[in-house]
Amino acid sequence: MNLLNENLLTLILFSPVLGMLAVMLVPSEQKQLVRRVALVSSLITFALSIILWFSYDSSVSGFQFEEQAQWYTAISSSYHVGVDGISVPMILLTTLLMPIGVLASFGIEERVKSYMLLFLMLETGMLGVFMALDLIVFFLFWEIGLVPMYLLINIWGSPKGEREFLSGKKVPARQYASYKFFVYTLVGSLGLLLAIQILGVVAGSFDLITLMQVWPGFDKEIFANFSTSSVRTVAFWAFVIAFAIKVPLWPFHTWLPDAHTEAPTAGSMILAGVLLKLGAYGFLRLVLPLFPAEAQAAAPILAFLAMLAIVLGALSAYGQTDFKRLVAYSSVNHMGFVVLGIAAAAMVTGSNDPAMRLSGTIATTGVVLQMFNHGISAAAMFFLVGVVYDRAHTRNLDELGGGIWQLAPVYGGILIFSSMASLGLPGLSGFVSEFAIVRGSWPVFSTMTALSMIGLFFTGAYILKAIRQVLHGPVNTEWSDHNMEISTREKIVVAPLIILMLIIGIWPWWITFMINETVTTLIG
Amino acid sequence: MVIMEMSEILTWLVPAPPLISFFVIILFTSRHRSISHMVALFAMGLSLLFSWIIVFNALSTKHFGEHPIAADVGWLPTGDTVLRMGVAVDPLTVVMLTFVPLACFLIILYSVGYSSFGKIRDQRDISGSPPHHGVEPMYSRFFAFLSLFAGAMLVLTVADNLLLLFFGWEIMGLCSFLLIGFWYGRTYDDKSQITPSGAAVKAFITTRLADVIMLIGIAYLYYEAGTLNFREIFFDEQIMTDLLHTPSVIGGMAAAHLIGLLIFAGTVGKSAQFPLHVWLPDAMEGPTPVSAMIHAAAMVSAGVYMVIRMFPLLNVGGHGSPALTVMAFVGAFTALFAATIAVAQNDVKRVLAYSTISQLGYMIAALGIGAYVAAAFHLMTHAFFKALLFMGSGSIIHGVEHGIHHTNEKLDPQDMFNMGGLAKRMPTTYWTFVIGGLSLAGFPFVTAGFWSKDEILADAFAHGHWWVFVVLLVSAFLTAFYTMRQISLTFLGDARTESAAKAHESAWTMTLPLVVLSFFAVFAGYVGVHMDFPVLGAMLGSNPFEHFVIGSLPHHGSGFEFEWTPVILSVVAGISGLSLGWLVYGRRPLVVGQQDPLVKVLGPLYGVLANKYYFDELYDVALVRPAKWISEVVAFKWIDRVLIDGALHSVANLTMKIGSIAVWFEKWGIDYAPDKFGDGVRFSGHSFRVIQSGRVQDYLNVALSVVVVIGAVLFVILR
Repeated sequence: MNLLNENLLTLILFSPVLGMLAVMLVPSEQKQLVRRVALVSSLITFALSIILWFSYDSSVSGFQFEEQAQWYTAISSSYHVGVDGISVPMILLTTLLMPIGVLASFGIEERVKSYMLLFLMLETGMLGVFMALDLIVFFLFWEIGLVPMYLLINIWGSPKGEREFLSGKKVPARQYASYKFFVYTLVGSLGLLLAIQILGVVAGSFDLITLMQVWPGFDKEIFANFSTSSVRTVAFWAFVIAFAIKVPLWPFHTWLPDAHTEAPTAGSMILAGVLLKLGAYGFLRLVLPLFPAEAQAAAPILAFLAMLAIVLGALSAYGQTDFKRLVAYSSVNHMGFVVLGIAAAAMVTGSNDPAMRLSGTIATTGVVLQMFNHGISAAAMFFLVGVVYDRAHTRNLDELGGGIWQLAPVYGGILIFSSMASLGLPGLSGFVSEFAIVRGSWPVFSTMTALSMIGLFFTGAYILKAIRQVLHGPVNTEWSDHNMEISTREKIVVAPLIILMLIIGIWPWWITFMINETVTTLIG
Repeated sequence: MVIMEMSEILTWLVPAPPLISFFVIILFTSRHRSISHMVALFAMGLSLLFSWIIVFNALSTKHFGEHPIAADVGWLPTGDTVLRMGVAVDPLTVVMLTFVPLACFLIILYSVGYSSFGKIRDQRDISGSPPHHGVEPMYSRFFAFLSLFAGAMLVLTVADNLLLLFFGWEIMGLCSFLLIGFWYGRTYDDKSQITPSGAAVKAFITTRLADVIMLIGIAYLYYEAGTLNFREIFFDEQIMTDLLHTPSVIGGMAAAHLIGLLIFAGTVGKSAQFPLHVWLPDAMEGPTPVSAMIHAAAMVSAGVYMVIRMFPLLNVGGHGSPALTVMAFVGAFTALFAATIAVAQNDVKRVLAYSTISQLGYMIAALGIGAYVAAAFHLMTHAFFKALLFMGSGSIIHGVEHGIHHTNEKLDPQDMFNMGGLAKRMPTTYWTFVIGGLSLAGFPFVTAGFWSKDEILADAFAHGHWWVFVVLLVSAFLTAFYTMRQISLTFLGDARTESAAKAHESAWTMTLPLVVLSFFAVFAGYVGVHMDFPVLGAMLGSNPFEHFVIGSLPHHGSGFEFEWTPVILSVVAGISGLSLGWLVYGRRPLVVGQQDPLVKVLGPLYGVLANKYYFDELYDVALVRPAKWISEVVAFKWIDRVLIDGALHSVANLTMKIGSIAVWFEKWGIDYAPDKFGDGVRFSGHSFRVIQSGRVQDYLNVALSVVVVIGAVLFVILR
């Protein structure tokens, strides 16, 4: 048991790699076996993270399960991993969504082996980001996740569809989307790499724990004639832009509707479920602790952009005719709340007013919980879009034509349930985190929070629009001879998600307790 | 002490059975009709039992208001503090617990008959449309939704804090969406007529508009008070004083007042007050038990209950507080406004819908002038007689539909002009409906509605709120008039259609709830007769209702002196309205094809009233269409596609052009390293072909260009 506990993070991190090796050993003709091996591998990772969840001690502040090993001594970077109350829920989210995503991909028929390999590779990439306590390691895993996602969209993305440019030129939508995703994220990554290098060179270490102590008050002469503050400002904005693209924050968000819409179902689930969280996690893990002063100065701007993301994201979602794109825009809307909460936290970190610090703490707890909740609800929504798409081969709300509830009563019930979690209905998960964020940011950014309510209102509008156009109305005769009902495998996929939505909605204590302890120390 | 502990457990248990029943029916019993309704009835009966035990204990406890039942648990850790969730029963909750579970139970019982239990499942009836031949195809689902609705209402009732109240509040919003749109597949030949699906969305969206404003109010209150527990806020002088003296984010207004207004916005939506009243009449598209549920026992009552609950906060700083002034105005205006519309409606349920809006206006206005007890009293009596009237109208419609089934006439079973003479065909429905109608009209001395309405009017009179008094008095007159119009058109004279002539009385499961409710529609009023009312006041225990309910408040205001003037005026208004209605419609009942006499009298005004002052049309042009246009065109096309993506593509094209020079150069310089990668994975080579020439080099060029740009920017900044 000791051996397990001491290497738990490494085990979790690299178990998908072992899974990849196992998948490689299976001949690619045996598709079913490939799928099962991948599923078992992801389940093992999940089981390990359950152990992590229960072994984590919420009453102790600071990082736990730390592991450090020599890795790149030349630049004094080491393999340093550890977790706290912010990363453990993210790890749980990732490892939970993975087997669900693999199971959701059982319908994939082409290049199953490559698909599963990339999928597992993606998992290691994402987990590494959530565990890394060394900036180089952080960046490495950040990039590792990028490649498989690009390929997943590009190869297994929706075969139909074209994206028309203003000039009238048309390109295949999935290629456009994957390219946009890749280049956009890469642009952010370059700035990120640059900023990491600045920090490492200037402070002499890439180790996050060292940097957290040294960097915020760093005031040495850096390069000959550069002032500390300008270097710091550049590094700060490089971080912010990289993470803002990933979240994505308005106006860096337009890659998201394209990528989410064109990705294969499980790809969208993971993309919305976990990849977006990497950006928000970056804010919490790196930006707030390393650049408290800069973050405070920039907080009003972030809050303003977050408000725009919430409002315009909801409006754009409402303006869609494509079911999947509607759900994709809902991510812009929901992640806007995450950034709003982060902005509020940044504004009050270290404040003298205990009431303000409390607001910041509540907002940040809300942020982490919102990341988790959006992960499960967005994954469920994308999956449910996929279910109807698999049968009708269209995502267009007008072509779907409605009445599907009559053909698929169980599917309809599940869709409404998940939609309500996404809409933020009290009693389901989304409300708890949104309320915490609204409560936390109201005293800090009253106007922005009030304006965000427009977005919250339109969340209702677009969710109901989707439900109405898919489920309501007389049955579309086009589908009357199809079996539109959700299958058992699909029910198994979605069941854990809706159970979690309900449990968190009614009783959020078990998860927020862990988050709250860490966040309270973070806000000071 | 033992009793108190048991009461605590019981309080937790009050909302539980219907909530559990919802999941049980959805997950396990959905294929078995009789088991489903038994589960729902049993669960609701259990809630009713628990509630009444609590009520009984509370009533037998002296000074219950000072020792309410309360229990809570930690729910959300917030820094070093904890947001707690719990249940509490104080006198106001006791009032709710007397009628909410009872009404819910009767509605569920009524639904058994309404959904034609006992008939066989006819394959011609399809899910999502009202059944015409056999039992409701989605029978079990209906009981599941009703259970959830009742459970949510009970959660709201026993909640000890505003957030848990909001839980029940919003889940009811979902239930109303599900139930109004229960026949989600129904369409009409007349495309301008709203479908159940449209009405469901309209109800949810309209109330959500109010709810997001209310959510800000909750967050604000939580920040300022540090808690959301009702008692912790209202009974803490320090918190209340701070709330009154803290300036709000809007200049010149105290935090307490702004919070009050924000929270009241929630009620405007939920209780369908002007200007958010538009959803409620269309909610009539749902099955009739749903209308009873929404308009009597739950939902709209919830809106009024919430402001009664929040009264100490709304009232802080005295009667002139902005929230109360707004409430008095909105409530009184809505009472009159909706009553005028009700006069010109022909749909039997829509008359009741507007009457509900009007009566809720009474309660809001009452609270606005500080008549706390009167508002609670009218909330209770209204729940009884309005549930009775709605279920009565459902029975009427059921009867006429039965006739239609025989005659195969094509007509609207809800149009009162297609009825007439139902008194003979449906005696139980008739007599109970008359009792409910008289109670609504405020027939003097014998009906519950009279006493509660009189209490409001007397309070307004005694405290000199003249304009509220006059407006409500005129509304009372109109109410009596349209009630008599409705009774006459529906029941009196001869049948105006074949179908109405073939109508028959409903099953016992439908009529029994009517009989039970008519008992309360008469006798529930005697608990709240003013203590100085001649003879009756003393005989009935000197207004026990007031003495009990006032215990919910931290400060008991003084009552008011009994006066004859308002009583006489209120009697005159009720009697004259009923008489006028009788003269126009009752004395010589309308015959087939006869026009509504009002059309001639009111002239063009009739059209305005019949079309509800054109508010639907106004909102469509002013709000709905612009919202769609902004979403589809501005937010998505212009901002995202043209502005942002346009800029991105320009940057991409520019870098491509710069890069293409380098491409030519690098083709010979770099040994196709990226292509090797492409070969390795085999498929990536062609898949990169996206924007222009589509080679991996291009992407590297983009990357390179970006590095150059960033480097340049850095250079400029750092220099």
